[in-house]
Order: sequence, then structure tokens, then C-alpha cells
Amino acid sequence: MSLKTEIEFTLNGVKRRATVPVEMSTLDLLRDVVGLTGTKYGCGEGECGACTIEVDGLTVNSCLMFAVDCAGRSVNTIESLAGEPLGERLRAAFVEQGAVQCGFCTPGMMMQAAHVLSACGAQDDKAIARGIEGNLCRCTGYKKIVEAIAVAGKATGA
Amino acid sequence: MAVLEKSRKVVAESLIGQRIPKMDAPEKASGKTRYIHDLDLSGQLHARILRSARIHARIKSIDTRAAKALPGVHVVLTAADLPDQRPIGVAKDHFPLKGEVVRSQRDEIAAVAAESVEIAEAALKLIRVEYEDLPVVADARAAIAPGAPLIHPPRQGAPAGAAVAYTGRPDNVAMRFDYSHGDVIQAEADSDVVIEDSFKLHYVTHCCMGVSGVIAEFDASGYLTLYSNTQVPFLHKREFAEYLNMDPARIRIIQPPIGGGFGSKLDVYPFEVICVFLARAAQRPVKLVFTREEEFLASPTRQPVLLTLRSGCKKDGTLTFRTVHTLHDNGAYTSWGATTPFVMMQTFSSLYRVPHCDYHTTAVYTNNPYAGSFRGYGNLQATFAIEQHMDMLADAIGMDPLAFRLKNAQESGEVTGQGMVFKSCGFKDCLTTAATRSDYVVKRAAYRARQKDAGAVKRGIGMASMLHVGGGAKIYPSDGCGTMLKMDDFGALTLITGASEIGQGSETVLAQLVCEELGLPISAVTVVNNDTDITPWDVGVHASRTTFIAGNSAIGAAKKAKAKILAAAARKYECAEETLDLKGGFIVRKESDEALIELAKFIRGLHFSDKAELVMTTFYYEPPSVHQDKGFKGDVSATYAWATQVVEVEVDTATGIVSMTHVTGAHDVGRVLNRLGLEGQIEGGVIMGQGYALTENLMVEDGRIRNPNFRDYKLVTAPEIPAMDVSFIESMDGEGPQGAKGVGEAPAICIAAATANAIENATGVRLFELPFTPEKVYRALHGQTEKLYWAPWKPE
Repeated sequence: MSLKTEIEFTLNGVKRRATVPVEMSTLDLLRDVVGLTGTKYGCGEGECGACTIEVDGLTVNSCLMFAVDCAGRSVNTIESLAGEPLGERLRAAFVEQGAVQCGFCTPGMMMQAAHVLSACGAQDDKAIARGIEGNLCRCTGYKKIVEAIAVAGKATGA
Repeated sequence: MAVLEKSRKVVAESLIGQRIPKMDAPEKASGKTRYIHDLDLSGQLHARILRSARIHARIKSIDTRAAKALPGVHVVLTAADLPDQRPIGVAKDHFPLKGEVVRSQRDEIAAVAAESVEIAEAALKLIRVEYEDLPVVADARAAIAPGAPLIHPPRQGAPAGAAVAYTGRPDNVAMRFDYSHGDVIQAEADSDVVIEDSFKLHYVTHCCMGVSGVIAEFDASGYLTLYSNTQVPFLHKREFAEYLNMDPARIRIIQPPIGGGFGSKLDVYPFEVICVFLARAAQRPVKLVFTREEEFLASPTRQPVLLTLRSGCKKDGTLTFRTVHTLHDNGAYTSWGATTPFVMMQTFSSLYRVPHCDYHTTAVYTNNPYAGSFRGYGNLQATFAIEQHMDMLADAIGMDPLAFRLKNAQESGEVTGQGMVFKSCGFKDCLTTAATRSDYVVKRAAYRARQKDAGAVKRGIGMASMLHVGGGAKIYPSDGCGTMLKMDDFGALTLITGASEIGQGSETVLAQLVCEELGLPISAVTVVNNDTDITPWDVGVHASRTTFIAGNSAIGAAKKAKAKILAAAARKYECAEETLDLKGGFIVRKESDEALIELAKFIRGLHFSDKAELVMTTFYYEPPSVHQDKGFKGDVSATYAWATQVVEVEVDTATGIVSMTHVTGAHDVGRVLNRLGLEGQIEGGVIMGQGYALTENLMVEDGRIRNPNFRDYKLVTAPEIPAMDVSFIESMDGEGPQGAKGVGEAPAICIAAATANAIENATGVRLFELPFTPEKVYRALHGQTEKLYWAPWKPE
């Protein structure tokens, strides 16, 4: 069977170890090994953004990142936004602005939104739309998602 | 928010028309919602399906020995293991696992249940299949050509009346629809202008962000629980009972939250039945989840349609007739989606007043992908043709297209040639509102005048309108929905409804309607809507019916609860029931809004009294619509929804790139119930329409899908969306819940047609084939496109 390796990394602020097959994706590590299912499989090839996570301050498609490459890094998932000021503002804005319908793209969308706001500060709608262009949504038509991110950005005062 | 003032007066706002966030949004925006992909049952196995390597072939042999021998593999099934398989689908024309012939790229040959997805996939690679190729029918026109290879050739020995899977067919015709009112031949002779054109509509697919999946589990007594993404749980239960030769009472369907539906989850698919077979054989729970590539290959598409439309009018702008012939590519098997002509013929016969109309559809079998149900259900295709012809006829008689439409638009009180009765019709308001807000008339003239100006980028504006069922659609024996309502000792409500939540926001709007009746805040309600062992019957999420049908059902149950409470209160306070009301969580005097008692306290009093009573009610709502007769006539919906959408585009004539810059919509929604949810439905539908018009194209060559991924199948992304301006026309439907109509499908319907009209306005060139990709637009603008023509065809 496949070669396995042990890694140590920080997940949502907590140091942990995991033993992973070398060919495993970070998405599968999160969902199947760690059991955090907020990060979604949408396409498995980096085209839809449903599996967006933050690694060392940058957002990545977790389906395209090998689990072994988490070694020594700080990984944050949708679950990390709970209780965190920007995360709570984003969640409130997504709910109140109607940015959620089926909700399947929402975790990835919020991770990307959190990154856009924390890395670039409050943005105009055009810049926000560019910021989430790698995240597909089939339900909302994006308008309310962009508005929600703008509202959260203003509330942040970033 | 309700307030109890010092004077004991209760002040509370109506919930109707407010912006109420979806009740399930906080969970979804925390990553806590457990979709089917996130559910695991203890002891669960994982399944994968081996699909055909060929498009049309006889299966000579299947060797599963090596797969069965792989450690971790529990079950390998082929058709040979299942002699009791029953044919599935609307036409009962295929078996879940194919044993003799494969007829499409999707076709299921073998299935594996193993201890992990990886082992199941490894096992699939060990299965050896020998094929003998058969000729491929890769085009609907080829399917009806004389001597065409047959997809389901006749078979000897089947009893008369047996399913297509047993009998086969003498031709490739899966379904035929013929409708007529008036006399089109005479009407054509009486017309001043007659035009005829063919239109071609392409393949697109739903692209639900959550891929398809199912979990099947049998308990020790043989009771089946299916965790399913279906939009029609009660129809599913009945179908599964038939396909599995089981008592329906022993089948329970639980619907975890769904990652998008849009019509894709109306049929029972082979993968679902196969998963049950595996669970039965393994005596373990089995989970089957698609990959994205599989989702593209094996989930349904929108109907590709070839259509020839002949229309006429008088010089004064009166429409005279319409003759329509359409050819639909079903793929190898028939889905519910093959019945899209029910919707298409309504648009042709009744969107405008057309005194004479003939409509004919042939749906054919080919070796192409399985075309199914998709938001709008044929109406995007019909509207694409009609609304281009409306512009063309207006131009031919020198009339403004808005004035031409207004002259022929339906109004309240109209009974159409097809027997549809328009009790509340805001169509003319939709037309004028969308035209005014977009400055349509002025811009259209200005852009037309600038067609020959220098500069590669041209601007254009185009309009299209739609009619769609808005009060259910009576297709099944009942078009109803049941509700059970329970009020507890704390004044909290449990609303148990047959209506499924598929992301569209039904649970929130139903909660809102119930709370409005009972004078409670939304926070008082828990909605239970996803378990056939608990919820009362509903026909399912389709035909934009849930707000209307389930809404009326919920109101019915709430009214009964209210009547019960007020009757008891009237006894206690020794007054007439009519003088009491429920408001802000209190029982109040109607005239003064004076609070008599807190509702929860009163209900506790009812419960803990000598005549102990609980407040629990049930209601079943059946809309006052009728089934169509054999000629497809009848008032099939309790009401109808209307909309006009105006699209503005920029066309880069040097590259053929079309950008959609503005969409102005006016929708007759009856009444706005939840403004936030309604806007979300409209905006999402508009962008789905934008994708249909401009970017999405499932490329099928010789029966094979060439772009089963999001790289090559282009969904609209956030920076590409147009500015959207949405207005709501409140026609206050007399039968609707609080006056509302269904709107779920409406916003997607007009966009492609309006875009075609806008491109013509920008460039003077009319496009008859979707999608408007840069290459197609460039070729058309540079005279490199041959005029499309399909000669109407009828089976002999």
C-alpha cells in the first residue's frame, strides 16, 4: 500500500500531528483524517474554490495541496472563523445580506472573503468581485455575496 | 419585533415583505451544515460505479473475478447478479445496471462496495469488459432519418403493454406532443407578415456545487433508509418501492441539506438504485458520492432543442398565428425532462394573445447524454424563439417592439386558447416597468443609430418576457402539500411540512407565513421538512410551486391553530372569537390590540386543565387547478407568473466577445413575502440565464462529453455579473398565500432571448443558435455563418 508519513502542523491554532499517505490532498486530510467537514469538495482540481483554506496567511485550494505539505505550516479552515472578530462579522453579513442559499460554496467563499479583507482592507465591489473570482456559486448570482463582504469590510473598518 | 407598551397595547410589525434571513444560513456560514458528503454511518462501505467505455455497444462479457478478489472489496455487482432488476425512469426504458447493451457514455455496467473509495476505485480498474461496437446516433436529426440505427430496437417475446426496456421501439421516437387551437392555415392567409426561422439550443448542465450522492442502509428487519438529495421524496419513495419490489411502507427517505438542485434531482437515477442493491448485498450501509467529472458525465442536462417557428401578424400589430415544430434530444433514456413540452406549449399558445397556434414536439432517443429537468423546464428554449420573433415581426411592420408586445400582451381575465385562466396578470406592468427603468425605447433607437459608427465595441439593448406556472402545476394525481403544526407549552412552534428545502429558502418563507397568522416571531419556529417517516405528503420541489402550494398549506394549518386558540380564549374571556386576535406573542383584543394574556401561558393553561388539550393541527392544500385534457388544454396552475427582462450588452465586433452590462427585470410575483429571499432567487436566476446565453456549453461529440470540468465548462464568475435592477409587480393573487405567486424558475427564462435581441440591436446581426460564444458571434458578424434551417418533421 501507499507510503505514509507523519507530519506536524498547526490547525486552527492548535498544534497537531497526523499520519498521511503521501498522495493524500489537504482536503482529504481535513475531511477524512481530522474530521472537519466544513471545507467542501466541489471539483478536486482547483477550479471551484469550495475547498478554500488559509495556509500561512495565503488562501489555497486544499484539493490541490498535498497533505504532507502542511508540515510545519499554519492551516486555517472555515471552522477557525468561529469566535474570531472578522469571521463573526463575515458570518453575520453573509446571513443578513442573503449571501447564502444552498450554502455549499459558502465556507470557501468566506475563507476567501476573510483573506481579501484582512490582506487588502475594505474594498469596493469591483475589487471584492475580483477577489472571489476563483470561487464558483451556482445559486446567488454573486451580487449578495459581494455586498456581504463589503458590509463586513466596512464593519471591520479595515 | 413585538413590543408590549405600558398601556398593555401590543405593537408588532407584519412579517410580510420584510428582509428575513434564511433560517439555515448561520449553520451554512459556519461550515457546520452536514451535507450528504459529510455524513458517515458506522459500518459504512463506499461505492463506485463502472461506466461504459463505449457510446453504443453490445456487452460481450464482463469479468469481475479480479475485482472481487481485491482485499477490502465486499460486493461487486453486474446485471448478471440481478436477474430481478426492474426497468426505471419515466418511460421504464432502462435498467440500473446494463447487461446487454450500453447506449451512452453514462451507462452503468458494474458497481463495487468496498472499505474505502480508493479500494472501490482500484477494483473498478480490475473489471474487464469486452464490447462489440454498434453504430452511434449522435444527433437528433440522425435519429429520425430513414434507416437510422435504433437505440431501443424491438424485442421479441415481450407481453403487450410491457415497458420499453422489454419491448423496444420500432423507431427512435420517445415522445410526441401535438397541440392546436384555432386554424393556423386560414390565419396565415389573413396575415400581412409571415416569418419563419429555425433556432438551436445547446446542452448545459446544472453544475450543483454539491455533487450527487446517496447513502442506503437496511435495518435488521429489512427496512430501507435512504439518505438522498432528491427534490421529490414522496414520488421517490413510491418509485423505489417499485424498482426494488418492496413495500413502500418499509422505505424511509431522509434528505440532508442539498448542495443545489435546480431540477436535477427530480428523477430516480441508476446510481441511487445501484447503491441500494449494494447495501442489500453487503448488509452494510453503502455511500456513493460522485466525482465532479462523474457529475458532468452522469447527471442530466437541459434539453437541447432544434426548433422551427412560423409566426404572423397584421400591419396594425395584431398577432395572427404561430406554428411551432421542435425536435428534442432525450439521450438514450427518457427522463421527466422529456415532458418539457407541457411548459413550452403554454408559452407558445398563451404568453401573448395568439388566436391560432399549432405546436408539435418530437423527443427522440440518441446515444447522447441524458437530458433531464432544469429550472425553467423548456421555457428558456421556447422564449428564445418567440421573443426574437416578436422583435422581428415588430421590425417588419415598423412598430416599436415594446408597443407591439403591449398590444398583444395578456391581461387579467383572459382565458387563452389553451384554456389557461389569467386571474391576476401583471404582464403589462412588467413590460412598462422594465422598459421605463432601463430607458429601453430611447436606448434602443440610439444604439441602432450607432450600429455603423466607428469603433469595434457596440452597445445594444434587448427585451424578452415570460409566462410560467406560478400556482403549482397539476401533472401528478395531486399537486398538494400537507402540513402539521404543533405549538408547545412555551409558545414555540414546530412546522412539519412536506415541502423540501433545496437552498431556495422555502423553510424560511413557510415559517414566516405561519408566524404571520399566529402573531409570533420567526425565532419561535422549528421547521421539519426532510424525513418521509415524519413529514406529510408533498409532490415535490418543481414547477416553482413550493411557496404557493406549501405556503397555502402552512397557512391552512396555522389558521386552524389560531381558530382553536381563539375559540378557547373567547370562552375564557367571555367574548366573541371575532373580537380577539394573536399579536406579538399575546392574545389581544382586536380593536385595541390590548394584551389579554401571553400566548404561551394561555396554551399551558389549555394543556394543564381538566379538559387537557394540545394545540396541534394538520392541513392539506390542493390547488383549484385541473389536469389538462388529452389535447393539452386546461387551467393547469392556480395562477401564473409573469416577467419582463431587459438586457444591455457590449459587443466587441473585433473579437466577438459579448459582455452583459445591465439586466433590468420586472417580475409579477403576486406579492413580496421575503424580499431578501426573493431578490436572491431573481439574481441567481439571472446569472444562470447569463451563463446559458454566453458562457456555458456542454460540448458533446459523437455522444461523448468533451469538457466534463469547470475549466472547460465555463460558469459565470463574480467579476462578470451585470448590474441588476429588479422590480416587483404585486398583482395580489386571490388564491396565493398572502397574494404571492411562485417565482423560482422565472428569472432564468428570458435572459438568452433578451441577449439575442440586444446583440441584434448593437450589430444588426441576429443570432439563432446558443450560446453566444466569441467564435460564434465573430463568425456571424463577419458573414461566416450559414442560415440555420430545420425542416419540420412528423412521425409517419
